[in-house]
Amino acid sequence: MLICDKLVLQQDDFRLTADVTFGAGKITALIGPSGAGKSTLLAALSGFLEPAAGRVLWQDTDLTALAPGARPISAVFQDNNLFPHLNIAQNAGLGLRPSLRLTADERAAVERALSSVGLEGLGSRKPAALSGGQQSRAALARVLLADRPVVLLDEPFAALGPAMKDDMLDLVRATLGAGGRSVLMVTHDPDDARRIADEASLVADGIVTAPVTVSAFFDRPSEALAAYLG
Amino acid sequence: MAQRAVAIAPRWPGAAAAALVLVLTIGTLAAVGWRAQWQRGLSPADWAAIQFTVMQAMVSAGLSVLLAIPVARALARRRFRGRSALITLMGAPFLLPVVVAVIGLLAVFGRAGVVNSGLAWLGLPAITIFGFHGVVLAHVFFNLPLAIRLILQGWLSIPAERFRLAASLNAPVGRLLEWPMLRAVVPGVFLVIFLICLTSFAVALTLGGGPRATTVELAIYQALRFDFDLGRAALLACVQFGLCAVAAVVVWRLTSLDAMGAGLDRVVQRWDLRWPALDYLMIALVAIFLFTPLAMVIWRGVPGLMGLPTSIWLAAGRSVTVAVFSALLCICMALALALRGGRVVAVVGVLPLAASGLVVGTGAFLLVYQFINPARLALPITVLVNATLALPFALRAIGQAVDGIDRDFGRLGASLGLSRWGWVRIVVLPRIRRPLGFGAGLAAALSMGDLGVITLFAGEAEQTLPLAMYRLMGAYRMEAAAGAALLLLALSFAAFWICDRGGRGNADL
Repeated sequence: MLICDKLVLQQDDFRLTADVTFGAGKITALIGPSGAGKSTLLAALSGFLEPAAGRVLWQDTDLTALAPGARPISAVFQDNNLFPHLNIAQNAGLGLRPSLRLTADERAAVERALSSVGLEGLGSRKPAALSGGQQSRAALARVLLADRPVVLLDEPFAALGPAMKDDMLDLVRATLGAGGRSVLMVTHDPDDARRIADEASLVADGIVTAPVTVSAFFDRPSEALAAYLG
Repeated sequence: MAQRAVAIAPRWPGAAAAALVLVLTIGTLAAVGWRAQWQRGLSPADWAAIQFTVMQAMVSAGLSVLLAIPVARALARRRFRGRSALITLMGAPFLLPVVVAVIGLLAVFGRAGVVNSGLAWLGLPAITIFGFHGVVLAHVFFNLPLAIRLILQGWLSIPAERFRLAASLNAPVGRLLEWPMLRAVVPGVFLVIFLICLTSFAVALTLGGGPRATTVELAIYQALRFDFDLGRAALLACVQFGLCAVAAVVVWRLTSLDAMGAGLDRVVQRWDLRWPALDYLMIALVAIFLFTPLAMVIWRGVPGLMGLPTSIWLAAGRSVTVAVFSALLCICMALALALRGGRVVAVVGVLPLAASGLVVGTGAFLLVYQFINPARLALPITVLVNATLALPFALRAIGQAVDGIDRDFGRLGASLGLSRWGWVRIVVLPRIRRPLGFGAGLAAALSMGDLGVITLFAGEAEQTLPLAMYRLMGAYRMEAAAGAALLLLALSFAAFWICDRGGRGNADL
């Protein structure tokens, strides 16, 4: 379980509190209006923002003092998920070995991961030679290779067209979800949540509410959610 | 504690680079301050030197700016073939060794130069290039292109929509748009050039001299080299530092100029384009003024190139070595400082702008001469000082690139758990090849042509190419000097071109 223990995040006059538990092995959608603090929450979980108070725990381990790279967490950001000067295999390989000194076995593992996201044989290309959807797939391959139990997705598919976005969501479900990873996905589109998430949580008015099943979330919307959905 | 994304680069190299810069700037200053004979005060000759220094810098900066305004205006308004090549070439004087330019100016304005030949043919009296007006002429030659580029940038920063609006209102563009821009830009340009002219030793060394045309730096050189009067040299070095510091602080407070200026290719569409002939005349005159001396360097240099004495080739070898080491040191320091970032680094990065090579050199001389023959340290100290003096320019290019990488990829790097050196090796170095190459090229070219600190230290056996050239000129061996000038010109531009090219090759960012 990923636990936000009385977590308080503060940036200038913006304040967000989270006292919630995200279930292990579940895909949880974080829904809410823009500026509500969804990305801020992910930044704190991945270690880029020091909480004003409270703790972040994974199972029984306190993560609050750990550096971003030392946490059992992989992140996919809104943009800049690939280094433009490295080819796709190198970018994915960073997940396996940040020094990029890969053994033959590890190189084979990279190749397998690329095939599993549909990028077979494209390892030697630079990101610029790939479509937006393919770039998202490469970032996903890196997350698979890093093999960390928690994955944070900060609207990484927002720039894709509807059909391609749905493909990516299904791929996330098939790879990360089936692999038993705990996924937190920021979105402002209810359809995204319905498509792949097990649970959903509302981020609004400075509070992160406890996740509930997606059907319960949308069938019996809270007042704040109803206001957001309109 | 949560980590900041920028903290993933190693920190000690930045501290080492900052320490080196501080030793060379503040440290050498302390040395001259300590050795200066304060009780003896300034002689009338010293006051004359101060007056001359300030005066020539004012006149040079004023003339450069005044001449630059109409040319920049013409370049901003007109579109013609070769315009962008002309603007690029105007960046060249920055890399041009001063002694080479002086040879070119002598070929045009000197005793046996083109202008005097013309005057003699007309039966008019000859002009002389030595003294106050020679120094000013050389300074205008160097700084007019800089002034044009900076003011042109001001012109091009006026949004095209404003010109459209002014045209539709039939409003006077000059009073409405251009005058306010000039009022904002020109004082900064004037001050930057004033500062450059305060510290340009080589021009005064070659074209000045004598009681009526001695700058403070030249007086330092003479006190140290000819009179071995260390107390006076140190005192004058303090005076020179004071002049530079005041000017630098004023520049720092008043300006935010980017001399490298991108985007000068733009031409704004305008509707007030009467008198095209006047614009083209201005552009043509400036092009002639700037490129005739360069053409003369090549024209007169080719015959001399064949018969260059061995000593010149040896000096050229030393210059290349100095340039290579100084470029390497400069970009290593710039990279280390850029990776460290922060306020202290920003200050350390601009300190050398206020430092004068001669003051630093005098301080270094005072620090070492009791322990070792300064001539033996001539080349290492030249490397150190040149690398430090080029640092602000390299740091500017590299620092911006490193900041951009931190902003775009710092989080990704941190979340992947890249080690400190891994971050530098895998992400930073491949992504800053361009500014790294540019910075190295700049440092190499500046160092190749430097005729400053080396003059204080070097004997016959340690002379670099610019110094050897100066000595040839002093011995009136003008043909050999012209050959050496062409060689030096080629080496300086080749050094810049090779490094800059290396940074561009195969860089798909």
